[in-house]
Amino acid sequence: MLSNITIGQYYPGSSPVHKLDPRTKILITVLYIVMLFAAAEVIGLLPGIIFFILSYIISGVPLKMIFRSLKPIIPLIVFTAVLNLFFVGNDVIFEFWIIKITGEGLRFSIFMIVRIIALIAGTSLLTYTTTPIMLTDGLESLLSPLKKLKFPVHELSMMMTIALRFIPTLIEETSKIMSAQKARGADLESGGLLKRAKALIPILIPLFVSAFRRAEELALAMESRCYHGGEGRTRLRELHFKLRDIISLLITALFLASVFVLNSL
Amino acid sequence: MSLPVIEVKDLTFSYNSLGTTHTAIENVNLKIEKGELVGIIGHTGSGKSTLIQHLNGLLKPNSGTVLIDGEDIFSKECDLRKIRFKVGLVFQYPEYQLFEETVYNDIAFGPKNMGLSPDEIDKRVKEAAAFTGVEDYLNKSPFDLSGGQKRRVAIAGVIAMDPEILILDEPAAGLDPKGRDKILGQIKKYQREKGNTVLLVSHSMEDIAKLATKVLVMADGKVEAYDIPEKIFADTERIEKIGLAVPQITEVFEILKKNGIEIKESIFSVEYAKKVLLSLIGEGEDA
Repeated sequence: MLSNITIGQYYPGSSPVHKLDPRTKILITVLYIVMLFAAAEVIGLLPGIIFFILSYIISGVPLKMIFRSLKPIIPLIVFTAVLNLFFVGNDVIFEFWIIKITGEGLRFSIFMIVRIIALIAGTSLLTYTTTPIMLTDGLESLLSPLKKLKFPVHELSMMMTIALRFIPTLIEETSKIMSAQKARGADLESGGLLKRAKALIPILIPLFVSAFRRAEELALAMESRCYHGGEGRTRLRELHFKLRDIISLLITALFLASVFVLNSL
Repeated sequence: MSLPVIEVKDLTFSYNSLGTTHTAIENVNLKIEKGELVGIIGHTGSGKSTLIQHLNGLLKPNSGTVLIDGEDIFSKECDLRKIRFKVGLVFQYPEYQLFEETVYNDIAFGPKNMGLSPDEIDKRVKEAAAFTGVEDYLNKSPFDLSGGQKRRVAIAGVIAMDPEILILDEPAAGLDPKGRDKILGQIKKYQREKGNTVLLVSHSMEDIAKLATKVLVMADGKVEAYDIPEKIFADTERIEKIGLAVPQITEVFEILKKNGIEIKESIFSVEYAKKVLLSLIGEGEDA
Protein backbone atom coordinates (compact mmCIF):
# COMPACT_ATOMS: atom_id res chain seq x y z
CA MET A 1 0.00 0.00 0.00
CA LEU A 2 2.77 2.41 0.87
CA SER A 3 4.91 1.44 -2.08
CA ASN A 4 2.33 2.97 -4.44
CA ILE A 5 3.54 6.49 -3.77
CA THR A 6 5.37 7.71 -6.85
CA ILE A 7 7.27 10.78 -5.60
CA GLY A 8 10.90 10.46 -6.48
CA GLN A 9 10.31 7.23 -8.34
CA TYR A 10 12.42 7.08 -11.40
CA TYR A 11 11.37 4.96 -14.37
CA PRO A 12 14.66 3.91 -15.94
CA GLY A 13 15.07 4.32 -19.69
CA SER A 14 17.28 5.77 -22.38
CA SER A 15 14.73 7.70 -24.45
CA PRO A 16 15.38 11.22 -25.78
CA VAL A 17 13.30 12.54 -22.89
CA HIS A 18 15.52 10.77 -20.36
CA LYS A 19 18.62 12.15 -22.06
CA LEU A 20 17.52 15.79 -21.98
CA ASP A 21 19.39 18.11 -19.67
CA PRO A 22 17.50 18.29 -16.36
CA ARG A 23 17.45 22.10 -16.62
CA THR A 24 15.67 21.80 -19.97
CA LYS A 25 13.14 19.44 -18.47
CA ILE A 26 12.47 21.75 -15.54
CA LEU A 27 12.02 24.71 -17.88
CA ILE A 28 9.75 22.68 -20.16
CA THR A 29 7.69 21.65 -17.14
CA VAL A 30 7.32 25.29 -16.12
CA LEU A 31 6.28 26.20 -19.66
CA TYR A 32 3.87 23.28 -19.63
CA ILE A 33 2.24 24.53 -16.43
CA VAL A 34 1.92 28.00 -17.99
CA MET A 35 0.39 26.29 -21.04
CA LEU A 36 -2.33 24.73 -18.89
CA PHE A 37 -3.07 27.85 -16.89
CA ALA A 38 -3.08 30.16 -19.88
CA ALA A 39 -5.91 28.19 -21.42
CA ALA A 40 -9.19 30.07 -21.13
CA GLU A 41 -11.50 27.35 -22.41
CA VAL A 42 -11.53 23.53 -22.69
CA ILE A 43 -10.25 23.82 -26.25
CA GLY A 44 -7.21 25.73 -24.99
CA LEU A 45 -6.14 22.70 -22.97
CA LEU A 46 -5.82 20.64 -26.16
CA PRO A 47 -2.18 21.58 -26.95
CA GLY A 48 -1.22 20.72 -23.37
CA ILE A 49 -2.91 17.33 -23.56
CA ILE A 50 -1.33 16.54 -26.93
CA PHE A 51 2.00 17.72 -25.57
CA PHE A 52 2.04 15.48 -22.50
CA ILE A 53 0.73 12.41 -24.35
CA LEU A 54 3.39 12.87 -27.04
CA SER A 55 6.02 13.27 -24.34
CA TYR A 56 4.93 10.05 -22.66
CA ILE A 57 5.07 8.20 -25.97
CA ILE A 58 8.56 9.50 -26.75
CA SER A 59 9.78 8.76 -23.23
CA GLY A 60 8.68 5.12 -23.37
CA VAL A 61 7.09 5.45 -19.93
CA PRO A 62 3.96 3.28 -20.07
CA LEU A 63 0.73 5.29 -20.10
CA LYS A 64 -0.57 3.27 -17.17
CA MET A 65 1.96 5.13 -15.03
CA ILE A 66 -0.31 8.16 -15.48
CA PHE A 67 -3.06 6.42 -13.52
CA ARG A 68 -0.61 5.53 -10.82
CA SER A 69 0.31 9.17 -10.33
CA LEU A 70 -3.36 10.24 -10.45
CA LYS A 71 -4.58 7.79 -7.84
CA PRO A 72 -3.63 9.79 -4.73
CA ILE A 73 -5.36 12.93 -5.99
CA ILE A 74 -8.71 11.37 -6.94
CA PRO A 75 -10.39 12.88 -3.85
CA LEU A 76 -9.09 16.32 -4.84
CA ILE A 77 -10.43 15.91 -8.38
CA VAL A 78 -13.83 14.80 -7.15
CA PHE A 79 -13.97 17.64 -4.62
CA THR A 80 -13.06 20.27 -7.23
CA ALA A 81 -15.57 18.86 -9.70
CA VAL A 82 -18.43 18.81 -7.20
CA LEU A 83 -17.66 22.28 -5.91
CA ASN A 84 -17.62 23.78 -9.37
CA LEU A 85 -20.60 21.79 -10.55
CA PHE A 86 -22.96 23.10 -7.89
CA PHE A 87 -21.74 26.55 -7.06
CA VAL A 88 -20.69 28.19 -10.32
CA GLY A 89 -22.92 29.99 -12.80
CA ASN A 90 -26.65 30.59 -12.97
CA ASP A 91 -27.94 29.18 -16.27
CA VAL A 92 -29.75 26.19 -14.74
CA ILE A 93 -30.03 23.15 -17.01
CA PHE A 94 -31.01 20.56 -14.44
CA GLU A 95 -32.83 20.95 -11.17
CA PHE A 96 -33.79 18.45 -8.51
CA TRP A 97 -34.81 19.33 -4.96
CA ILE A 98 -32.05 21.68 -3.75
CA ILE A 99 -29.54 20.54 -6.35
CA LYS A 100 -29.07 22.87 -9.29
CA ILE A 101 -26.68 22.15 -12.11
CA THR A 102 -25.81 24.97 -14.43
CA GLY A 103 -24.42 24.81 -17.92
CA GLU A 104 -21.53 27.00 -16.91
CA GLY A 105 -20.88 24.90 -13.82
CA LEU A 106 -20.78 21.75 -15.89
CA ARG A 107 -18.41 23.27 -18.42
CA PHE A 108 -16.21 24.72 -15.73
CA SER A 109 -15.94 21.52 -13.72
CA ILE A 110 -14.98 19.50 -16.81
CA PHE A 111 -12.40 22.18 -17.55
CA MET A 112 -10.98 21.95 -14.03
CA ILE A 113 -10.87 18.14 -14.01
CA VAL A 114 -9.03 18.00 -17.33
CA ARG A 115 -6.64 20.69 -16.17
CA ILE A 116 -5.78 18.96 -12.89
CA ILE A 117 -5.34 15.58 -14.58
CA ALA A 118 -3.10 17.10 -17.27
CA LEU A 119 -1.15 19.00 -14.62
CA ILE A 120 -0.40 15.97 -12.46
CA ALA A 121 0.16 13.57 -15.36
CA GLY A 122 2.47 15.96 -17.18
CA THR A 123 4.57 17.03 -14.23
CA SER A 124 4.95 13.42 -13.05
CA LEU A 125 6.78 12.73 -16.29
CA LEU A 126 9.56 14.98 -15.02
CA THR A 127 10.17 12.73 -12.02
CA TYR A 128 9.66 9.55 -14.03
CA THR A 129 12.38 10.46 -16.50
CA THR A 130 14.81 12.33 -14.27
CA THR A 131 16.65 10.87 -11.30
CA PRO A 132 16.21 12.90 -8.11
CA ILE A 133 19.92 13.68 -8.12
CA MET A 134 19.79 15.08 -11.66
CA LEU A 135 16.69 17.03 -10.75
CA THR A 136 18.31 18.83 -7.83
CA ASP A 137 21.51 19.34 -9.85
CA GLY A 138 19.39 21.03 -12.50
CA LEU A 139 17.56 23.11 -9.94
CA GLU A 140 20.78 24.18 -8.28
CA SER A 141 22.19 25.26 -11.62
CA LEU A 142 19.01 27.16 -12.55
CA LEU A 143 18.92 28.94 -9.20
CA SER A 144 22.64 29.71 -9.08
CA PRO A 145 22.17 33.40 -10.03
CA LEU A 146 20.50 33.81 -6.62
CA LYS A 147 23.89 33.08 -5.00
CA LYS A 148 24.79 36.71 -5.67
CA LEU A 149 21.96 37.66 -3.30
CA LYS A 150 23.53 35.42 -0.60
CA PHE A 151 20.78 32.87 -1.08
CA PRO A 152 22.05 29.41 0.07
CA VAL A 153 21.38 27.63 -3.23
CA HIS A 154 23.81 24.77 -2.72
CA GLU A 155 22.67 24.07 0.81
CA LEU A 156 19.07 24.09 -0.31
CA SER A 157 19.67 21.68 -3.14
CA MET A 158 21.73 19.40 -0.87
CA MET A 159 18.82 19.35 1.56
CA MET A 160 16.45 18.51 -1.26
CA THR A 161 18.72 15.76 -2.54
CA ILE A 162 18.91 14.22 0.91
CA ALA A 163 15.17 14.53 1.46
CA LEU A 164 14.37 12.91 -1.88
CA ARG A 165 16.97 10.23 -1.33
CA PHE A 166 15.40 9.25 1.97
CA ILE A 167 11.76 9.11 0.89
CA PRO A 168 11.97 5.48 -0.30
CA THR A 169 14.07 4.56 2.74
CA LEU A 170 11.53 6.04 5.12
CA ILE A 171 8.64 4.42 3.28
CA GLU A 172 10.35 1.08 3.60
CA GLU A 173 11.06 1.75 7.26
CA THR A 174 7.44 2.71 7.87
CA SER A 175 6.09 -0.47 6.38
CA LYS A 176 8.59 -2.51 8.41
CA ILE A 177 7.54 -0.82 11.64
CA MET A 178 3.87 -1.22 10.72
CA SER A 179 4.40 -4.94 10.17
CA ALA A 180 6.26 -5.27 13.45
CA GLN A 181 3.52 -3.51 15.43
CA LYS A 182 0.81 -5.45 13.63
CA ALA A 183 2.63 -8.62 14.65
CA ARG A 184 2.15 -7.44 18.23
CA GLY A 185 -1.55 -7.06 17.62
CA ALA A 186 -1.69 -3.34 16.85
CA ASP A 187 -5.01 -2.55 15.22
CA LEU A 188 -4.52 0.07 12.54
CA GLU A 189 -7.56 -0.51 10.41
CA SER A 190 -10.60 -0.16 12.63
CA GLY A 191 -12.10 2.28 15.12
CA GLY A 192 -12.95 5.96 15.06
CA LEU A 193 -10.74 8.87 14.11
CA LEU A 194 -9.33 9.32 17.61
CA LYS A 195 -8.58 5.63 18.02
CA ARG A 196 -6.86 5.53 14.66
CA ALA A 197 -4.78 8.60 15.44
CA LYS A 198 -3.72 6.98 18.70
CA ALA A 199 -2.86 3.79 16.86
CA LEU A 200 -0.31 5.77 14.84
CA ILE A 201 1.83 6.54 17.89
CA PRO A 202 3.57 3.15 17.92
CA ILE A 203 4.53 3.80 14.31
CA LEU A 204 5.47 7.48 14.38
CA ILE A 205 7.74 7.36 17.42
CA PRO A 206 10.05 4.62 16.13
CA LEU A 207 10.00 6.34 12.74
CA PHE A 208 11.15 9.67 14.21
CA VAL A 209 13.78 8.00 16.33
CA SER A 210 15.20 6.20 13.34
CA ALA A 211 15.04 9.31 11.14
CA PHE A 212 17.14 11.22 13.68
CA ARG A 213 19.55 8.32 13.99
CA ARG A 214 19.92 8.19 10.21
CA ALA A 215 20.45 11.94 10.02
CA GLU A 216 23.23 11.74 12.58
CA GLU A 217 24.88 8.83 10.81
CA LEU A 218 24.66 10.64 7.49
CA ALA A 219 26.16 13.82 8.92
CA LEU A 220 29.06 11.80 10.36
CA ALA A 221 29.60 9.97 7.08
CA MET A 222 29.62 13.27 5.14
CA GLU A 223 32.03 14.90 7.53
CA SER A 224 34.38 11.94 7.49
CA ARG A 225 34.52 12.41 3.72
CA CYS A 226 35.41 16.07 4.26
CA TYR A 227 32.18 17.59 3.01
CA HIS A 228 32.41 21.35 3.50
CA GLY A 229 29.58 22.89 1.51
CA GLY A 230 29.33 24.19 -2.02
CA GLU A 231 32.39 26.42 -2.32
CA GLY A 232 34.88 25.05 -4.85
CA ARG A 233 33.05 21.77 -5.20
CA THR A 234 33.38 19.98 -8.54
CA ARG A 235 30.82 17.68 -10.10
CA LEU A 236 30.84 14.09 -11.24
CA ARG A 237 28.35 14.87 -14.01
CA GLU A 238 28.58 18.32 -15.47
CA LEU A 239 25.51 19.69 -17.17
CA HIS A 240 25.76 20.77 -20.80
CA PHE A 241 23.04 22.10 -23.06
CA LYS A 242 22.93 20.21 -26.37
CA LEU A 243 21.12 20.75 -29.66
CA ARG A 244 18.24 18.49 -28.56
CA ASP A 245 17.67 20.74 -25.56
CA ILE A 246 17.23 23.80 -27.74
CA ILE A 247 14.96 21.94 -30.17
CA SER A 248 12.69 20.60 -27.42
CA LEU A 249 12.46 24.04 -25.80
CA LEU A 250 11.47 25.52 -29.16
CA ILE A 251 8.80 22.85 -29.68
CA THR A 252 7.40 23.54 -26.22
CA ALA A 253 7.32 27.27 -26.99
CA LEU A 254 5.35 26.50 -30.16
CA PHE A 255 2.79 24.54 -28.18
CA LEU A 256 2.52 27.42 -25.72
CA ALA A 257 2.01 29.87 -28.56
CA SER A 258 -0.76 27.70 -29.97
CA VAL A 259 -2.61 27.99 -26.67
CA PHE A 260 -2.68 31.77 -27.03
CA VAL A 261 -3.82 31.41 -30.63
CA LEU A 262 -6.66 29.12 -29.54
CA ASN A 263 -7.56 31.54 -26.75
CA SER A 264 -7.94 34.41 -29.15
CA LEU A 265 -10.21 32.46 -31.52
CA MET B 1 -0.07 -38.91 14.19
CA SER B 2 -0.80 -35.41 15.44
CA LEU B 3 -1.81 -32.52 13.25
CA PRO B 4 1.14 -30.38 12.18
CA VAL B 5 1.06 -27.02 13.96
CA ILE B 6 2.02 -25.19 10.76
CA GLU B 7 1.06 -26.44 7.35
CA VAL B 8 1.92 -24.49 4.20
CA LYS B 9 0.34 -25.56 0.92
CA ASP B 10 1.50 -24.44 -2.53
CA LEU B 11 2.31 -20.97 -1.28
CA THR B 12 3.32 -18.48 -3.98
CA PHE B 13 3.94 -14.79 -3.48
CA SER B 14 5.41 -12.10 -5.69
CA TYR B 15 6.29 -8.48 -5.02
CA ASN B 16 5.09 -5.92 -7.54
CA SER B 17 6.79 -2.62 -8.00
CA LEU B 18 6.65 -0.23 -10.93
CA GLY B 19 5.33 -2.86 -13.27
CA THR B 20 8.06 -5.39 -12.53
CA THR B 21 7.18 -8.59 -10.74
CA HIS B 22 9.55 -10.43 -8.52
CA THR B 23 8.51 -13.87 -7.36
CA ALA B 24 9.76 -14.19 -3.80
CA ILE B 25 8.44 -17.63 -2.98
CA GLU B 26 7.04 -20.26 -5.28
CA ASN B 27 5.04 -23.38 -4.51
CA VAL B 28 6.24 -23.77 -0.98
CA ASN B 29 4.94 -26.86 0.79
CA LEU B 30 5.82 -27.48 4.39
CA LYS B 31 4.63 -29.25 7.53
CA ILE B 32 6.05 -28.34 10.90
CA GLU B 33 5.26 -30.48 13.95
CA LYS B 34 4.61 -29.06 17.38
CA GLY B 35 7.59 -28.56 19.66
CA GLU B 36 10.25 -28.40 16.98
CA LEU B 37 12.94 -25.76 16.79
CA VAL B 38 13.26 -25.20 13.09
CA GLY B 39 16.35 -23.45 11.81
CA ILE B 40 15.66 -21.62 8.55
CA ILE B 41 18.70 -21.06 6.36
CA GLY B 42 19.08 -19.71 2.85
CA HIS B 43 21.05 -17.11 0.94
CA THR B 44 19.96 -13.45 0.94
CA GLY B 45 16.79 -13.10 -1.12
CA SER B 46 15.90 -16.79 -0.93
CA GLY B 47 12.46 -15.97 0.47
CA LYS B 48 13.01 -16.68 4.17
CA SER B 49 11.58 -13.39 5.41
CA THR B 50 8.72 -13.51 2.91
CA LEU B 51 7.79 -17.00 4.06
CA ILE B 52 7.72 -16.15 7.76
CA GLN B 53 5.54 -13.07 7.15
CA HIS B 54 2.91 -15.37 5.65
CA LEU B 55 2.78 -17.51 8.75
CA ASN B 56 1.04 -14.79 10.77
CA GLY B 57 -0.85 -13.27 7.88
CA LEU B 58 1.16 -10.06 7.44
CA LEU B 59 1.53 -10.86 3.77
CA LYS B 60 -1.26 -12.36 1.73
CA PRO B 61 -0.20 -14.98 -0.81
CA ASN B 62 -1.01 -14.84 -4.52
CA SER B 63 -2.03 -18.46 -4.22
CA GLY B 64 -1.84 -21.23 -1.68
CA THR B 65 -2.82 -21.48 1.97
CA VAL B 66 -1.34 -21.49 5.43
CA LEU B 67 -2.92 -23.63 8.14
CA ILE B 68 -2.14 -22.88 11.77
CA ASP B 69 -3.42 -25.68 14.02
CA GLY B 70 -5.48 -26.82 11.05
CA GLU B 71 -7.17 -23.43 10.59
CA ASP B 72 -6.85 -21.64 7.26
CA ILE B 73 -5.62 -18.19 8.29
CA PHE B 74 -6.58 -16.54 4.99
CA SER B 75 -10.20 -17.68 5.11
CA LYS B 76 -12.82 -15.03 5.77
CA GLU B 77 -13.91 -16.44 9.12
CA CYS B 78 -10.42 -16.31 10.55
CA ASP B 79 -9.48 -13.38 12.78
CA LEU B 80 -5.93 -12.52 11.79
CA ARG B 81 -5.28 -10.60 15.00
CA LYS B 82 -5.93 -13.75 17.02
CA ILE B 83 -3.53 -15.64 14.78
CA ARG B 84 -0.88 -12.99 15.44
CA PHE B 85 -1.16 -13.59 19.18
CA LYS B 86 -0.70 -17.28 18.55
CA VAL B 87 2.16 -16.84 16.10
CA GLY B 88 4.62 -14.35 17.59
CA LEU B 89 6.92 -12.81 15.01
CA VAL B 90 10.13 -11.00 15.94
CA PHE B 91 11.52 -9.05 13.01
CA GLN B 92 15.12 -8.36 12.19
CA TYR B 93 16.52 -5.57 14.37
CA PRO B 94 13.37 -5.52 16.53
CA GLU B 95 14.88 -2.81 18.77
CA TYR B 96 13.81 -0.21 16.19
CA GLN B 97 10.14 -0.83 16.96
CA LEU B 98 10.32 0.21 20.62
CA PHE B 99 8.22 3.29 21.29
CA GLU B 100 6.87 3.49 24.84
CA GLU B 101 8.18 5.64 27.67
CA THR B 102 9.21 2.68 29.79
CA VAL B 103 10.38 -0.82 29.08
CA TYR B 104 7.42 -2.09 31.10
CA ASN B 105 4.87 -0.33 28.90
CA ASP B 106 6.56 -1.48 25.74
CA ILE B 107 6.49 -5.12 26.76
CA ALA B 108 2.84 -4.62 27.80
CA PHE B 109 1.84 -3.41 24.32
CA GLY B 110 1.17 -6.91 22.94
CA PRO B 111 -0.72 -8.25 25.97
CA LYS B 112 -2.77 -5.03 26.11
CA ASN B 113 -3.78 -5.51 22.50
CA MET B 114 -4.90 -9.01 23.42
CA GLY B 115 -7.39 -7.44 25.82
CA LEU B 116 -6.08 -9.19 28.93
CA SER B 117 -6.90 -8.07 32.47
CA PRO B 118 -4.43 -5.65 34.16
CA ASP B 119 -3.31 -8.36 36.59
CA GLU B 120 -2.66 -10.81 33.79
CA ILE B 121 -0.78 -8.12 31.80
CA ASP B 122 1.39 -7.38 34.83
CA LYS B 123 2.14 -11.06 35.31
CA ARG B 124 2.97 -11.57 31.63
CA VAL B 125 5.25 -8.52 31.47
CA LYS B 126 7.21 -9.58 34.54
CA GLU B 127 7.53 -13.15 33.33
CA ALA B 128 8.66 -12.14 29.88
CA ALA B 129 11.12 -9.60 31.27
CA ALA B 130 12.59 -12.19 33.61
CA PHE B 131 12.75 -14.69 30.79
CA THR B 132 14.89 -12.47 28.59
CA GLY B 133 16.79 -10.99 31.53
CA VAL B 134 15.58 -7.38 31.39
CA GLU B 135 13.67 -7.32 34.69
CA ASP B 136 16.05 -4.70 36.13
CA TYR B 137 15.23 -2.09 33.49
CA LEU B 138 11.42 -2.19 33.61
CA ASN B 139 11.12 1.46 34.67
CA LYS B 140 13.81 2.80 32.36
CA SER B 141 13.20 4.35 28.97
CA PRO B 142 13.94 1.81 26.23
CA PHE B 143 15.95 4.49 24.43
CA ASP B 144 18.50 4.62 27.27
CA LEU B 145 19.45 0.95 26.95
CA SER B 146 22.31 -0.64 25.02
CA GLY B 147 21.70 -2.41 21.71
CA GLY B 148 21.66 -5.87 23.21
CA GLN B 149 19.35 -4.84 26.03
CA LYS B 150 16.96 -3.19 23.57
CA ARG B 151 16.93 -6.35 21.51
CA ARG B 152 15.99 -8.40 24.56
CA VAL B 153 13.23 -5.94 25.49
CA ALA B 154 11.79 -6.22 21.98
CA ILE B 155 11.87 -10.01 22.12
CA ALA B 156 10.24 -9.89 25.56
CA GLY B 157 7.47 -7.80 23.96
CA VAL B 158 6.59 -10.73 21.72
CA ILE B 159 7.17 -13.45 24.33
CA ALA B 160 4.76 -11.62 26.68
CA MET B 161 1.97 -12.60 24.30
CA ASP B 162 2.93 -16.21 25.10
CA PRO B 163 2.71 -17.36 21.47
CA GLU B 164 2.52 -21.08 20.76
CA ILE B 165 4.71 -20.49 17.77
CA LEU B 166 7.61 -18.06 18.04
CA ILE B 167 9.31 -16.93 14.85
CA LEU B 168 12.53 -14.93 14.97
CA ASP B 169 14.32 -13.34 12.04
CA GLU B 170 18.03 -13.23 12.83
CA PRO B 171 17.61 -12.44 16.52
CA ALA B 172 21.36 -12.46 17.14
CA ALA B 173 22.50 -10.30 14.20
CA GLY B 174 24.93 -7.57 15.23
CA LEU B 175 25.25 -8.64 18.86
CA ASP B 176 28.45 -9.45 20.72
CA PRO B 177 29.15 -13.14 21.48
CA LYS B 178 27.85 -12.87 25.04
CA GLY B 179 24.57 -11.19 24.04
CA ARG B 180 24.15 -13.66 21.24
CA ASP B 181 24.58 -16.73 23.51
CA LYS B 182 22.16 -15.25 26.02
CA ILE B 183 19.41 -14.62 23.48
CA LEU B 184 19.83 -17.92 21.67
CA GLY B 185 19.91 -19.78 25.00
CA GLN B 186 16.59 -18.23 25.99
CA ILE B 187 15.07 -19.09 22.65
CA LYS B 188 16.10 -22.71 23.08
CA LYS B 189 14.60 -22.62 26.55
CA TYR B 190 11.34 -21.26 25.16
CA GLN B 191 11.09 -24.34 22.97
CA ARG B 192 12.46 -27.01 25.30
CA GLU B 193 10.88 -26.00 28.60
CA LYS B 194 7.56 -24.66 27.43
CA GLY B 195 7.08 -27.12 24.58
CA ASN B 196 6.43 -24.34 22.07
CA THR B 197 7.34 -24.37 18.41
CA VAL B 198 10.15 -22.03 17.40
CA LEU B 199 11.27 -20.97 13.95
CA LEU B 200 14.66 -19.34 13.80
CA VAL B 201 16.07 -17.61 10.73
CA SER B 202 19.84 -17.36 10.88
CA HIS B 203 22.93 -17.04 8.74
CA SER B 204 25.07 -18.71 11.36
CA MET B 205 25.33 -22.41 10.58
CA GLU B 206 26.96 -22.94 13.97
CA ASP B 207 23.92 -21.55 15.79
CA ILE B 208 21.54 -23.60 13.68
CA ALA B 209 23.57 -26.77 14.16
CA LYS B 210 23.67 -26.22 17.90
CA LEU B 211 20.00 -25.34 18.45
CA ALA B 212 17.77 -26.71 15.73
CA THR B 213 15.89 -29.97 15.80
CA LYS B 214 14.99 -29.54 12.11
CA VAL B 215 16.52 -27.44 9.37
CA LEU B 216 14.64 -25.79 6.53
CA VAL B 217 16.83 -24.84 3.59
CA MET B 218 15.44 -22.20 1.23
CA ALA B 219 16.93 -21.47 -2.18
CA ASP B 220 15.52 -19.15 -4.87
CA GLY B 221 12.09 -18.99 -3.27
CA LYS B 222 11.70 -22.74 -3.00
CA VAL B 223 12.16 -25.28 -0.24
CA GLU B 224 15.44 -26.97 -1.03
CA ALA B 225 15.32 -29.36 1.89
CA TYR B 226 13.60 -29.91 5.24
CA ASP B 227 15.16 -32.49 7.48
CA ILE B 228 17.09 -33.13 10.67
CA PRO B 229 20.44 -31.25 10.87
CA GLU B 230 22.45 -34.49 10.66
CA LYS B 231 21.12 -35.13 7.18
CA ILE B 232 21.18 -31.52 5.99
CA PHE B 233 24.82 -30.94 6.88
CA ALA B 234 25.90 -34.37 5.63
CA ASP B 235 25.69 -33.14 2.04
CA THR B 236 28.33 -30.41 2.04
CA GLU B 237 28.37 -30.07 -1.72
CA ARG B 238 24.66 -29.41 -1.99
CA ILE B 239 24.75 -26.80 0.77
CA GLU B 240 27.69 -25.02 -0.81
CA LYS B 241 26.11 -25.07 -4.26
CA ILE B 242 23.25 -22.85 -3.06
CA GLY B 243 25.64 -20.32 -1.57
CA LEU B 244 25.60 -21.50 2.03
CA ALA B 245 28.21 -23.19 4.15
CA VAL B 246 28.21 -26.09 6.55
CA PRO B 247 29.33 -25.40 10.14
CA GLN B 248 33.06 -24.85 10.47
CA ILE B 249 33.53 -28.03 12.50
CA THR B 250 31.91 -30.03 9.68
CA GLU B 251 34.40 -28.50 7.26
CA VAL B 252 37.28 -29.54 9.50
CA PHE B 253 36.04 -33.10 9.46
CA GLU B 254 35.56 -33.05 5.69
CA ILE B 255 39.27 -32.25 5.38
CA LEU B 256 40.16 -34.96 7.89
CA LYS B 257 38.14 -37.44 5.82
CA LYS B 258 39.91 -36.39 2.65
CA ASN B 259 43.22 -37.04 4.37
CA GLY B 260 42.30 -40.60 4.99
CA ILE B 261 40.94 -40.52 8.53
CA GLU B 262 37.92 -42.72 8.70
CA ILE B 263 34.85 -41.05 10.18
CA LYS B 264 31.50 -42.46 9.21
CA GLU B 265 28.95 -40.00 10.54
CA SER B 266 28.54 -36.32 9.66
CA ILE B 267 29.67 -34.05 12.43
CA PHE B 268 28.19 -30.63 12.96
CA SER B 269 28.61 -29.78 16.62
CA VAL B 270 31.77 -29.19 18.57
CA GLU B 271 30.62 -31.39 21.47
CA TYR B 272 30.02 -34.34 19.21
CA ALA B 273 33.29 -33.72 17.39
CA LYS B 274 35.13 -33.91 20.67
CA LYS B 275 33.59 -37.27 21.48
CA VAL B 276 34.44 -38.69 18.07
CA LEU B 277 37.99 -37.36 18.17
CA LEU B 278 38.64 -38.73 21.66
CA SER B 279 37.44 -42.17 20.66
CA LEU B 280 39.64 -41.99 17.54
CA ILE B 281 42.70 -41.12 19.62
CA GLY B 282 41.80 -43.84 22.08
CA GLU B 283 41.79 -46.38 19.24
CA GLY B 284 45.11 -45.06 18.00
CA GLU B 285 46.72 -45.67 21.38
CA ASP B 286 45.33 -49.17 21.49
CA ALA B 287 46.91 -50.11 18.20
